[in-house]
Amino acid sequence: MSTAVDHVAEDVLGKAYDARLMRRLVAYLRPHAVVVAIAFVAIVVASAVELAQPWITQLAIDHDIATGDIAGLGRLAALLLVLLLAGFAAEYVQTSILQLTGQRIMHTIRMQVYAHYQRLDVQFYDKNPVGRLMTRVTTDVDALNDLFTSGVITVFGDVLVLVGIMIAMLVMSWRLALVAFVVLPAIAWVAYWFRTHVRETYRRVRGLIARVNAFLQEHLTGMATVQMFGQEPRTLDRFERINRDHRDANIDSIFYYAVFYPAIEILAAISSALIIWVGGGWSEQGIVSLGVLVAFLQYSRRFFQPISDLSEKFNIMQAAMAASERIFHVLDTPPVIVGPVRSVQPTAARAGRIEFDHVWFAYHDDAFVLRDVSFVVEAGQRIGIVGATGSGKTTIINLLLRFYDVNRGRILVDGVDVREWDLVALRARFGLVLQDVHLFSGSIADNIRLGQQDISNEDVERAARAVHAHAFITARPDGYASSVGERGASLSVGQKQLLSFARAIAFDPAVLLLDEATSSIDAATEALIEDALHVLMAGRTVIAIAHRLSTIQDMDRILVVHKGELREQGTHQELVAQRGLYFRLYELQYSKG
Amino acid sequence: MIQALLRLLPYLVRVRRQLVLGLACILAATGLSLASPWVLKYVVDGLTTGVDRARLGVYALAVVGLAVADGLFRYLMRSYVIGASRQIEYDLRNDFFAHMERLPQAYFQANRTGDLMSRATSDLSAVRMMVGPAVMYFASTALGFVVAVAIMLWIDVRLTLVALLPLPGVTLGTRYFGKAIHDRFERIQAQLSDLSAVVQEAMAGVRVVRAYRQEPHELARFRAANDEYVTRNRGLIRLQAAFYPSLTLCFGLSGLLVLWVGGREVIGGRLTLGEFVAFGRYLVLLSWPLIAFGWVINLVQRGVASWERMLEVLDAPVGEAPHPAAGAIAASSVAAGRIEARHLTFRYPGASDDALTDVSFTIEPGTTTAIVGATGAGKSTLVQLLPRLFEPPPGTLFIDGVDVRDQPLASLRASMGAVLQEPFLFSDTVEGNILFGAPDAGDAADRRQRAETAASMAGVDADVRDFAAGYDTRVGERGITLSGGQKQRVALARALVVDPRILILDDALSAVDTATEERILQHLRSVRQSRTCVIIAHRISTVRDADQILVLEAGRIVERGTHEALVAEGGRYAEMHRRQQLEQELEHA
Repeated sequence: MSTAVDHVAEDVLGKAYDARLMRRLVAYLRPHAVVVAIAFVAIVVASAVELAQPWITQLAIDHDIATGDIAGLGRLAALLLVLLLAGFAAEYVQTSILQLTGQRIMHTIRMQVYAHYQRLDVQFYDKNPVGRLMTRVTTDVDALNDLFTSGVITVFGDVLVLVGIMIAMLVMSWRLALVAFVVLPAIAWVAYWFRTHVRETYRRVRGLIARVNAFLQEHLTGMATVQMFGQEPRTLDRFERINRDHRDANIDSIFYYAVFYPAIEILAAISSALIIWVGGGWSEQGIVSLGVLVAFLQYSRRFFQPISDLSEKFNIMQAAMAASERIFHVLDTPPVIVGPVRSVQPTAARAGRIEFDHVWFAYHDDAFVLRDVSFVVEAGQRIGIVGATGSGKTTIINLLLRFYDVNRGRILVDGVDVREWDLVALRARFGLVLQDVHLFSGSIADNIRLGQQDISNEDVERAARAVHAHAFITARPDGYASSVGERGASLSVGQKQLLSFARAIAFDPAVLLLDEATSSIDAATEALIEDALHVLMAGRTVIAIAHRLSTIQDMDRILVVHKGELREQGTHQELVAQRGLYFRLYELQYSKG
Repeated sequence: MIQALLRLLPYLVRVRRQLVLGLACILAATGLSLASPWVLKYVVDGLTTGVDRARLGVYALAVVGLAVADGLFRYLMRSYVIGASRQIEYDLRNDFFAHMERLPQAYFQANRTGDLMSRATSDLSAVRMMVGPAVMYFASTALGFVVAVAIMLWIDVRLTLVALLPLPGVTLGTRYFGKAIHDRFERIQAQLSDLSAVVQEAMAGVRVVRAYRQEPHELARFRAANDEYVTRNRGLIRLQAAFYPSLTLCFGLSGLLVLWVGGREVIGGRLTLGEFVAFGRYLVLLSWPLIAFGWVINLVQRGVASWERMLEVLDAPVGEAPHPAAGAIAASSVAAGRIEARHLTFRYPGASDDALTDVSFTIEPGTTTAIVGATGAGKSTLVQLLPRLFEPPPGTLFIDGVDVRDQPLASLRASMGAVLQEPFLFSDTVEGNILFGAPDAGDAADRRQRAETAASMAGVDADVRDFAAGYDTRVGERGITLSGGQKQRVALARALVVDPRILILDDALSAVDTATEERILQHLRSVRQSRTCVIIAHRISTVRDADQILVLEAGRIVERGTHEALVAEGGRYAEMHRRQQLEQELEHA
């Protein structure tokens, strides 16, 4: 039983490259091999264009301008125009292809993760907070996107430009090239120095801004307490201290930026100075041409960009590896509860007989919530379950729907063990009405039929009428098409309850599982709900967890669950006569004064 | 907009020294960076006409020297201007928080925490971008642009005009694309939050999804949101993919024109080769200001919008100031703790019904009054009005004979210790939380002593000692999670520490088991005599010893008296009493 808790920490950055993860990630690129290949060609073209411009300057100075060849100059300008347009096209193609492919891959991964979420069990959700699960399909997937779009592939482009510049310079004049390269190690070192420090201060700043925000969040939420105890000045003091740390960390980080850009400029200037001094001398001696000298001055300014970019890629890779590890961890978590390979179909098409056969169940270890519970509900029978909070009533519903599997014993639905049922078919037998009604954003009609498109508008309306929801629905401006708002904010508790009844009716299940609402509703709605309940229960097997005993007094049988055990069962009259637990519960609710 | 910007002025004035120095550095750096292409002109011209090695050395040194000086000023510029912007951010954030501390509870009820948070974070950061980087880049680029163009014009007017031809496209492009990219980005973020909402809904309602076999439907919903997300991203991608290459293209075209037209002028002898090369460099220097312009405009627009959003909060009226004349009375007398309500009717701002209707009672100093009633009967409202977390109407609520509205907030609240419903603990140590209201209580040993005394009175001392780090154990997000009962008892200790004249317990022991509650009440009995207590509770056991019990129903007092009297009366209180007895029996079955 390993619905492994997602233990991969949220913000730990590890390796920047992990062969196992990488192989898995590259597999996602495979379907897009052709367009990615095109993008590679485009990168090569774009790099070539970037390299060509100083070269053209050199040709212009050394040949056409030196010889006064105006036509030649025109030809060079035309060539440059072609190159510029080609460069534009190549850049556009490369960026859009890579980004779009990235989006497609993200789409695929998101679908995979989400589809897997739909397969995972209720117990997985017990263990993983919703926020974390959402991060997997949003933030983490985006981190992967960076890997595909600006990570691996553009590294290639950077290397290409850098190597290209060096080759071009070597070809023009290998001697002068070696002179110009003197600053290269220094540039690389400065870039490295900058990235590591910035990474560090960035982490510090991020940690501090998180503290500032946490403090804000916490004290905005607890402002009543702050004000009540008159602690505004001291709280402000503490806030100022954290805020100051944040400011100072930021000011510290300015230093690195403030040094970095000038340092690069100075290195570039040193390179230029060397070219001027050494190359100038050689130019006098005719060893290098003037055009080459000017071209060199241009090239020497282009070293920096690719080197700096390369050092930045490290961070992206690191974040992406961590994200992919978390994503794959979810994808590799197997669902615990799955339908059997060969399911058993019960003979009856629509029956609804339920049997608990010595059922033991614990959510954790051996803290049993149900102990040796056995009972039979014949098809069409209605039973009510009563008991104190925590007595195990809701667990009975959870087990019937096979949200969890029993530890010992078995549960039969229409004579077949729930574990041998096809999961979808099993759940199709049941209609569930929970006390805490869950509504989805969308229209009222959507919330009644959910995704079941074969439930027609007429069916929806019939269901709503049956449970007296039609009146308040049509009273809204858009009727059944009205939106229910954020988590049903615009509906009263009673109205939500009626909608969930309508939903259950529309699905027309053989067995109705009812976890009755406890919240107090006004008397008029209360009466509506009572009445709707009777409509809802007609012609079905019903298992109702009741908080109001009035709901279940006329049930065929009542089960009294106490501390995980089935302590009493019988009709209302029998149980009252028995003068046991039920009687006392009954007294508690009914005898006034 | 001008109005709003003027209100930033005081913050700018505070860092004027840094700003002035920063601007001076910008001037110097810009001047220096524009000098270096000119050296290049001398180099190239020298090489065409002949130059000695020493002179080349001078040029080379000049290039390095200029870069070093330029770098120095740029370093200072960044330190001053960005440093100033961080200082402004710091000041603004403090002022913002200080203002929120003074806002009444009604404000927090009407405004979501998330919204206030976003103003204190992302809006603030947009304002900083406006006063820092935007100012810096604007000054340096505007200056750089003007001077570079002037020099270029001086070199060759015709060539300058030709070269500048494609460049307005850059600024317009940056501005247009910048805005369009921003808009599309917002649309993507909006869709991302929709996508998240779909996930959130399905995860939170997982039981319904499974029971109604809606997995395929949920997957389809997610696919639709996911598709839309990709579609919107595609829109952004198309823009971005076109944006940067088109900038490159504009500069490229400009360079091409210089090459072509300038080359002809060199051939024609109207321009020296050195001027030609230097001209090309100036063009390169021009490219950054042109891009930055469009970017700066977007930063300023965003900054102003954000600043206006922050001003909405800063302009929200703070809790009502006390009546000036009456302030002195309350401050001079030590509170005795007599509470009186006279025909108190209260409605929450924006609500359609009264939360309290015509409530009158008197609580004598040193007595205990219990308030019982169903959820929503108005019990908590009553105790929130006493410390003026919400404002009662004038002339309805009095402490020691003075209208609470005429009492200074600080002294009014200092006379009370409250444990509010669902108490809020801060992520601090247990001791820090207990001493929250009395932070300056002597030295470390003294503080510990006070915390322990209060904790034992609140019946949480033993629990705390069981924690690994005792009173130094951190609670909350980064520490251990306390049980509901432990939280309540720590909050009780927190209220007891300030030794209040009036002690208010709003359902403060509901999560504590009855035996422990009994013990705590025993402890409290000793303190209670010296102070006025208002206790809200559901359990009869909590309230039976009170001097007076008020039964609230739908905002009105429907019964009042001692426990015995009310039980004898056989009304609502008696019924409640009987049911609790039954429940207790059941509990032991």
